[in-house]
Amino acid sequence: MLTINNISKTFFPGTINEVKALRKVSLQIKEGSFTAIIGTNGSGKSTLLNAIAGTFIPDEGSIKIDGTEISRWPEYKRARMIGRVFQNPFAGSAADMTIAENIVMAMRRGQSRPLKIAVHKNIKAAIAEKVQMLKMGLEDRLDNPIGTLSGGQRQALTLLMATWLKPKLLLLDEHTAALDPKSAAKVAELTKIIIEQEKLTALMVTHSMQQAVDLPDRIVMMHRGQIVEDLRDEMKHRVRVPDLLETFNIIQKRELFDESVARLMKEQYI
Amino acid sequence: MNLVIGAFTIGLILSLLSLGMLISFKMIKFTDITVDGSITLGASLTAVLIATGWNPWLATLMAFFAGLLAGAITGVLHTKFKIQEILAGILMMTALYSINLRIMGRSNIPLLDTGSVSSQTEQLLTTISGGADKMNVFGWEVPVADMGALFSSLVLSLLLAIVLNYFLKTHFGTVLRATGNNPQMVRAQGVNNNTMVVFSLALSNGLVALSGAILAQYQGFADVQMGIGMMVWGLASIIIGEALVGKSSIGMTITGAILGTILFRLLIAIALRWGLNPNDLKLVTAVFVFLALVAPAMFKNLGKRLQKVRSHANNQ
Repeated sequence: MLTINNISKTFFPGTINEVKALRKVSLQIKEGSFTAIIGTNGSGKSTLLNAIAGTFIPDEGSIKIDGTEISRWPEYKRARMIGRVFQNPFAGSAADMTIAENIVMAMRRGQSRPLKIAVHKNIKAAIAEKVQMLKMGLEDRLDNPIGTLSGGQRQALTLLMATWLKPKLLLLDEHTAALDPKSAAKVAELTKIIIEQEKLTALMVTHSMQQAVDLPDRIVMMHRGQIVEDLRDEMKHRVRVPDLLETFNIIQKRELFDESVARLMKEQYI
Repeated sequence: MNLVIGAFTIGLILSLLSLGMLISFKMIKFTDITVDGSITLGASLTAVLIATGWNPWLATLMAFFAGLLAGAITGVLHTKFKIQEILAGILMMTALYSINLRIMGRSNIPLLDTGSVSSQTEQLLTTISGGADKMNVFGWEVPVADMGALFSSLVLSLLLAIVLNYFLKTHFGTVLRATGNNPQMVRAQGVNNNTMVVFSLALSNGLVALSGAILAQYQGFADVQMGIGMMVWGLASIIIGEALVGKSSIGMTITGAILGTILFRLLIAIALRWGLNPNDLKLVTAVFVFLALVAPAMFKNLGKRLQKVRSHANNQ
C-alpha cells in the first residue's frame, strides 16, 4: 500500500542549526494494517509523518501509495488519498464555523466543490446519524461553532472528518497527546473502533507506550532519523510496555557509550 | 430629505465595497489595501467607457472585471511571491494610481448628461409621476433623478447581497470561509488554500470596482484621488454593521455590512451638516476605527479589573 524508499530530509542545511531529521528511511505498510511509530523527541517520527502528508518535500527518496509516486505532490493534492488528525486538537477544524459546516467540507475531501448549498436538511440528518456514534451529544449541536467545543470533542470530530470518506491512508500525529487523560482514552478508543470498522490502513505517531502496545498491530521505533526497531506479528503481540522502555534504554546507552568512547579516544590520540 | 436620500444612495452604492471587503477582511482574514486603488479603477474605467459612448451597464461590467484582475494580482503577489499581505496590497494600490491616470489620461473625468445604470429606473419613475421632474415621497418633494438613483442602487445591492449570501453557503463558499479560519485544515481537505486567497481577493476587488463604477455614475465624475481612505471607510462600515446585527449567520453578517454602510454615511452626512470640516473626515474615521478595534479588548480588561477589585474588597 504505502512504500517509502530511502527518504532523507535535512532542515537548515549548511547552517549551524542543521538537522538531519530523516536519514534514508524505508518503510512498507500493508493494506489494512495499523502501525505505531514511537521514538524519543527529535527522533524524526513526526517528520516522517509530515513527509508522507506533504508538509514538505523530501530531499531524496520516493513515497508511493498504491504504486503512485506522491513525494513531489503538494499537500492539498495528497489529501485525496490521506486523512489526517493533528496533535493540536484545534488544527483539524475551522473554529468559527459550525460542526455541520466543518463536516460537510470533510465529506468532499479531495473532490470538486460545486456551487450548491452545502448544509441542507438531508445532509444534516446524515451528519447527525454518524455524529451520534461518538456518544458526546454533539448531534444536537450541529449548528454551534466548533470552537465552542472542548479539545477532546474537537479531536473526536476531526477523526470522524478524516475518515468520513475512506482514506487510503490515515495519519494520526500524536492525536491524543494534547488531551486530558479521560478525553485521550476516549479518542484512543474511537480510533480503534473506526479503524477496525472501516478496515483502514493507519499510521500513528505516539508518545504513549501504552497506546503503542494496545492499539496497533505493528510498532516501528525511530531514533535520530532512522528506524531502529520494527516489531510485528508475533513479536508485536508479545511486547509489553517495559520491553519498549528497555529497548529505548539500550539504544540510548549504546549511543552514550559511543560518544564517551569517542571523546576518550580523542583525548588520548589527538 | 434630499440629504437623507443622498446618504442612503451613497450608502447603498458603497455597501458593495463593504460586501467586497467582507470577503477579504472577514472571510479570508486578509487586510487588503488594494481597495483604495480598485474603487478608483472601477470609477475611472467606467467614466472613460461611458464618455466614449459605451452602454453604462456594459461599462460597469468591465469595471467589475478590471477589479477582479487587480485583486487577483494582489493575491498572486502574496501567495506566489510570498510578499506580506499589507505590502502586496500597497504595491498594487500604488501601481493602480498610475494605471488609473493612464486610463483617464488626466486626473478627473466629468460625466455630464450621459446615461447611467439608473437611467432606465429614472425613465420609469418619470412615466409613473406623469412627466414631472419632482415626486412626492411621504410629503417631501424629491427630484425624480434622485429617487431613480436610490431605487437602482437599492435593487443592485439587494441582488448582489442575495447572490453573495447564496454563494458563501455553497460547498465552494464554505471552503472559502474556512480558508481564513484555518488554512491547514483547508489543505487537509484537499483544497489549495492559496488558490482560494487569490480567488477571494479577485472577487472582493471586483465588487469594490463595481461600487466605484456606480459611484462615479451617481456623483457624475471619476477622480484619481477618490479612493483614498476608502478601505478604512469600508472597515468602519463593517464594524458598525457587526455592532448592529452581530455575526450569528452569513445572512446577518451581509445585512449588517449593508446597514452599517448606510448608517455610516448618514452619520457622516449629519456630522457635515453640523459643521464638521470635510478635511477632518478621514481623521475622524480613522480614530473611530481605532476605537472600534480596541474597545472590545479594553472593556474586557476593564471588566476583569473590576472583578479583581471586587473580589479583593470581598476578601477583606
